[in-house]
This record gives sequence, structure tokens and C-alpha cells, in this order.
Amino acid sequence: MLDIRDLQAKVGGGNDILKGINLAVKAGEIHAVMGPNGSGKSTLAQVLAGNPAYEVTGGSATFDGRDLFGMQPEERAQAGLFMAFQYPVEIPGVSNAYFLRSAYNEIRKAHGEEEVDPLEFLDIMERNLALVDMDQSMLQRSVNAGFSGGEKKRNEILQMAVLRPRLAILDETDSGLDIDALRIVAEGVNKLRRPDNATIVVTHYQRLLNHIVPDFVHVLSAGRIVKSGGKELALELEEKGYDWLETPAEAVA
Amino acid sequence: MTAPVLLRDFETFAANGGGSGPSWLLPLRRQAIDRFAALGFPTPKNEDWHFTSVVPIAEGSFRAVPDAPARSVRLGRADVEAFTFGRPDWIRLVFVNGRFDASLSGGATPPTGVTVTDLATAWHEQPDVLERYVGTVADFQRTAFTALNTAFMHDGAAIQIAPNVELETPVHLVFVSTPEAAGTASHVRTLVVAGHQSKATVIESYVSLGGAKGYFTNAVTEAVLGDGATLTHVKLQTESEQAFHVGTLQAHQGRDSHLVSFSYAAGGELARTNVYTRLAGEGCGATLHGLYLLDGQQHVDQQTRIEHASPNTFSREVYKGVLDGSSHGVFNGQVYVRPEAQKTDGKQENNNLLLSAQARVDTKPQLEIFADDVKCTHGATVGRLDELALFYMKSRGIGAEQARKLLTYAFAAGVIEAVGVPEVRAELEALTLRRFTGALAGS
Ligand SMILES: Nc1ncnc2c1ncn2[C@@H]1O[C@H](COP(=O)(O)OP(=O)(O)O)[C@@H](O)[C@H]1O
Ligand SMILES: [Mg+2]
Repeated sequence: MLDIRDLQAKVGGGNDILKGINLAVKAGEIHAVMGPNGSGKSTLAQVLAGNPAYEVTGGSATFDGRDLFGMQPEERAQAGLFMAFQYPVEIPGVSNAYFLRSAYNEIRKAHGEEEVDPLEFLDIMERNLALVDMDQSMLQRSVNAGFSGGEKKRNEILQMAVLRPRLAILDETDSGLDIDALRIVAEGVNKLRRPDNATIVVTHYQRLLNHIVPDFVHVLSAGRIVKSGGKELALELEEKGYDWLETPAEAVA
Repeated sequence: MTAPVLLRDFETFAANGGGSGPSWLLPLRRQAIDRFAALGFPTPKNEDWHFTSVVPIAEGSFRAVPDAPARSVRLGRADVEAFTFGRPDWIRLVFVNGRFDASLSGGATPPTGVTVTDLATAWHEQPDVLERYVGTVADFQRTAFTALNTAFMHDGAAIQIAPNVELETPVHLVFVSTPEAAGTASHVRTLVVAGHQSKATVIESYVSLGGAKGYFTNAVTEAVLGDGATLTHVKLQTESEQAFHVGTLQAHQGRDSHLVSFSYAAGGELARTNVYTRLAGEGCGATLHGLYLLDGQQHVDQQTRIEHASPNTFSREVYKGVLDGSSHGVFNGQVYVRPEAQKTDGKQENNNLLLSAQARVDTKPQLEIFADDVKCTHGATVGRLDELALFYMKSRGIGAEQARKLLTYAFAAGVIEAVGVPEVRAELEALTLRRFTGALAGS
């Protein structure tokens, strides 16, 4: 489904932050990407979603065989890619209902399907709000504006639930959540799991992986994947921290 | 319409009786034209017109023809229906090319204590009230366009609300211009007298039909708010983009009165809206909101002037502008606090959104405070669409163009919420959506 080869990317005019990432994700799989702060996890997520502030300087990525970097961010979303932001963006003046219905309908249109009207959409919302334990009143509030950290993260999962992506990339959706919110988020992800979709869980901590059990764990350090393994790798990281990993820079030096 | 031509036009007009009316009217007109002759059209050296050149108006050939017979424009009710907010039952006066059209007017009959009369009729039916107020609030000593209006004013409206009367039904004045208006100027004049403790809503729509262009609207509304009165005034300026418009609302407020003004400006090649009020009575205040949406080559200027002249007066002001194409917007917000106006509480905000590299805006808050115990704040911003918000929307599948439009609408929506009349608010939402969101409208 997703095939990343030797991906290099930078942001803000400096040196490359991603220094050659290789990662293949197949339908039905859950991958965890772990790594210390500043290792490039968010950069990877943002580059895959198409944030124009980031520049791909080398390598390639295909999504269902299509050249991902040749697609606009909205085309990626319409093709089934979804990235839950580590820091969800506030949009004052645009209601969650209007925003999400627009997104939902744009994706339907891209698939040659009919748009749904506000009433039909309300039905869809009602079903999904329960999944993330959110109240209907949030629909009239502006997107993420004045939301608490936990509300923002749950809103990302709500969007994911409504848009039903084929590939979801969750960028530290667990950070800053208390144990209840963490469980809600994890349950949401698990309920949405299907044989034909896949998830990349980006996380700093192992605890989320108690709830979302990954098939593969990758450790990102200084812009490279330095170690890959099964779910037991996450436990090992939890125990030993990240320090024992040799950084690629040291390896080269 | 160079000044000498106007002065000659005035002499012809005066020789023919100056549009008739009570005996005091012609001397008032003459005073005003003399003042206009002395002032001339404002130049950019005039601080009030620093960012706006009126050369296209001054050198245009717009003739004031107040006593010419109305041109044979035949509009039916269906033609103006689109401008009536779906409320044919409001109290409505319709003017076509500056002339009152009784056949298009109507709606509800004003209740006891309220009179709504076209101005030409009011000169004869209510000469005393008009003599008492006309020209006393709208300042023709200082403002050339008001002087010009006062010299040539012909049609318009006289609205009186008796003390303690709360008028539920809005009074709606519709000024329609048609292609026949080309080359002419209409100096429409409205007087609103809101008695003490009264409450009323007056809406003015300046609209065009059938590709009207090349005309000049020079409108003046003067309002007197008695003690404790609340006057809501809404102006919708959606003139042709090839027309010229100068519109002034000038108010005088008594003790504990409240002026609530909303000014929407989306039309005109060159347009200026003035909202001036004098907070004369203790404890009174003004809430002024505005929204200007410009595109193409438009130049649209808004000036507000709030004069705090008594203690404990307040003002709340939010104007927002969205500018696309090569348009040029201007906002000048003047707040004067007289020495006697202690405990003044003033807040002013002007936010602008530039959608293109060529669009520009000049924003000039202007506070002059001569009292020492006051609370006055102001803020002005000029920004562009938030790139991160755009990306966030796109990352959810919303196309680039839709994302831009949605964010733009959201920016404007914040001030539209301030409109208290639901039908007008809905119309403004629709107008704004149409202007910036095309396909999203109605969804
Ligand atoms: N907008 C930016 N401009 C410059 N440097 C950035 C920017 N965003 C991130 N970086 C740098 O890129 C590196 C990787 O950041 P990031 O991908 O956010 O790491 P992670 O998500 O793993 O914590 C860090 O060194 C960070 O300082
Ligand atoms: Mg990060």
C-alpha cells in the first residue's frame, strides 16, 4: 500500500532531517514508528501528508502504486491517506460540522459518489461521536478552537472515523492524554481496523502500544530507521530508553 | 461634475425655485453651496481623504438634476423583490435613480407614533420637524459631499418615532440605480428622529439593476437619538462596480442612547462610507460594525468618527475587510475624547485579509484623547490566509480553492454575526458566500 524508498526531506532551509527512510506498509498491518524527540517522526508524517513547508530532497514514495509526491495534499486525502496531527490546527469561524461535511463530500465527489446533505451527515456524525465519547455540541464549535489538548486529539480520531482512510498516520496522538483519553483513542483506532486498511502509529511512548498492538516497530533516530522488529522491540525500548541505540551519525563517523 | 459646473447647475436650480419646499429651505441650500464652493472637492491633502482620490467623481460628468422630471424608468415590484430580504411586509420606500417611486413602495403601515414619509412630501407635511433638524446634524460646514447633498437634496425619507414607541418592523429604504442613471448624481437625504426611549431599525440598501453604471450616489442620513433611544442602522452598499458612491450617516446622541450601526460595502468602483456620531449625552454609546469585500479594481474607503463629548460614554467598533484582485481598501477610525468625556470606554478593531499580492489596504486608527480618565484601545491587523490552516483543510480532502474560500468566509462571518436582524444577517451571509465561496453557497 505504502512504499517509501530512501526518502530524504528537509524543512525551513536547513539540512536534511530525513536522511534516507525505507518503509513498506501493506494492507491490514499496523506499524509503530518510535524514536526520541527531534528524530524526524513528525517530519515523516508531514511529508507523507504533503505539508508544503517541507521539501522532499530525494527518494520516492508510492501509495497504492501512485507517486505520492506527485499528488496534492487533498488528492492524497481523497485517495485515502489520513494524518492525525501532533498539533491539530485551530480554525476559528469554521464549525466542525461544516468542515467535516465539506471534507466528507469532497472525498465522495472525488470517488464519483453523491454528496450527502446536512441531515444525512448528522446521522453519520452521531454514530461516530459516540466512538470518541464526544458531545454533539462540539459540532457547532469552531474547528479545534479553544479545545483542550485531549479534545483536539479526540477530534483527530473523530475525523479519521468519519473519513475512513485506507492509511492512517497518527502522529503522537497519545501524547498529553490521560489514561482514559488514551483508551478512547486506542479503542477508536482498533474499531476502525479493517483487513484493507493500515495504520502507522507514531509515538514516543510504549504505553499506547499496550492498546494498539503493532505488527512492526521501527525506531527512528536522527532521520534514519535504525532498527525494526516486532512488538517486543517496543518493550525493549521502554526498558532501556533510546540511549543504547547507536545513532547513524556515530555509525558513519 | 467639476465644481464650477455644479455651481452653475445650482443657480439654475435655485432660479427654478430650488425644488420648492418651505421658505427656509432655499437659504439653507444656498448656505451649503457656498460652503461647497469654499471647500471644493477634497484632495489627498485633506486628512480625511488621505488615501482616496475623488478625481473620478470631481471630473466625472455627473449632473445633479433634482428638479428634472423623473426619467421614464418602469420597474415592477418583481424587479426589486430580490432586495427585500423576503419581507414584503416591512415598511418600505423605494427610490429609483434617486427619485421616490410610490408604486414600488409600501409594506406595513407605520403604527401610531411612527411616520415614514418620502422627503418631497415631508417638506410640505412636516416642515417644522424638518426645519428643526435638517442640516443641524449632518455637517456641511466641514464636509464637501454633505454640503453638495444639502444644496441639491431632493428625495429621500423622513422617519420619526415618537417617544417611548418601540417599532418592531424595520423601515427599509431601497435606492436602486438602473442603466438610465448613467451620467447623473443622486443626492438622497434621510432624516431619522428617534424620540426619547424609542426603538427602531432603519435599513438602507444601495443596489443596482440591469448593468447600471457610470452614476454617482451621494447619500446623507442624519439621525437624532433622543435620551434612551436605540437606533439600529444597517447599510448595505452593493452598487454597480462601475459606479461611484459616497454615503454618510451622521448621528447626534442623547443621554443613555445607543446607536447600533452595521455597514456592508461590496460595490462601487470608488466608494466611501462615513459613519459619524456625536456621543453628546452622558452614558450613551455607539456600536459600529463594518464589512468590506473588494475585488478587481475597486477602491472602497470607510471612515468612522466617534466623538465622546460626555462622561461615561462608550464605543465598540469592529470593521473587517477582505481584499482580492488589485483592489484598494481604506479604513480610518477616528475617536475623539473631549476633555469633559471622563470615563470614556472605547474599543476599536480593524482586521484585514489580503487574498492577492496586488490588493492593498490602508488602515489608520486615529485616537485623540483629551480627557485623562479613559479606557481606549485599538488594534489593526493586515494578514493573509493562514497557510497551516489551509494545509490542514487540504489534508482532509478539501480542495485548495474551497479551503481558501472557506477560510475567507470564516474571517468575514465573525462580524456578520453582529447583525441583529435575522433576515439581514442571512442575506449578508449569502452575499458573502456568493462572493467568496461559489459552490459552497447554500450547503
Ligand atoms: N519548521 C521547522 N523549521 C526548522 N527545523 C525544524 C522545523 N520543524 C522541525 N524542525 C527540526 O527537525 C527535526 C525533526 O523534528 P520533528 O520531525 O518534529 O521530530 P519529532 O517529531 O521526531 O520530535 C528537529 O531537529 C527539529 O528541530
Ligand atoms: Mg513530533
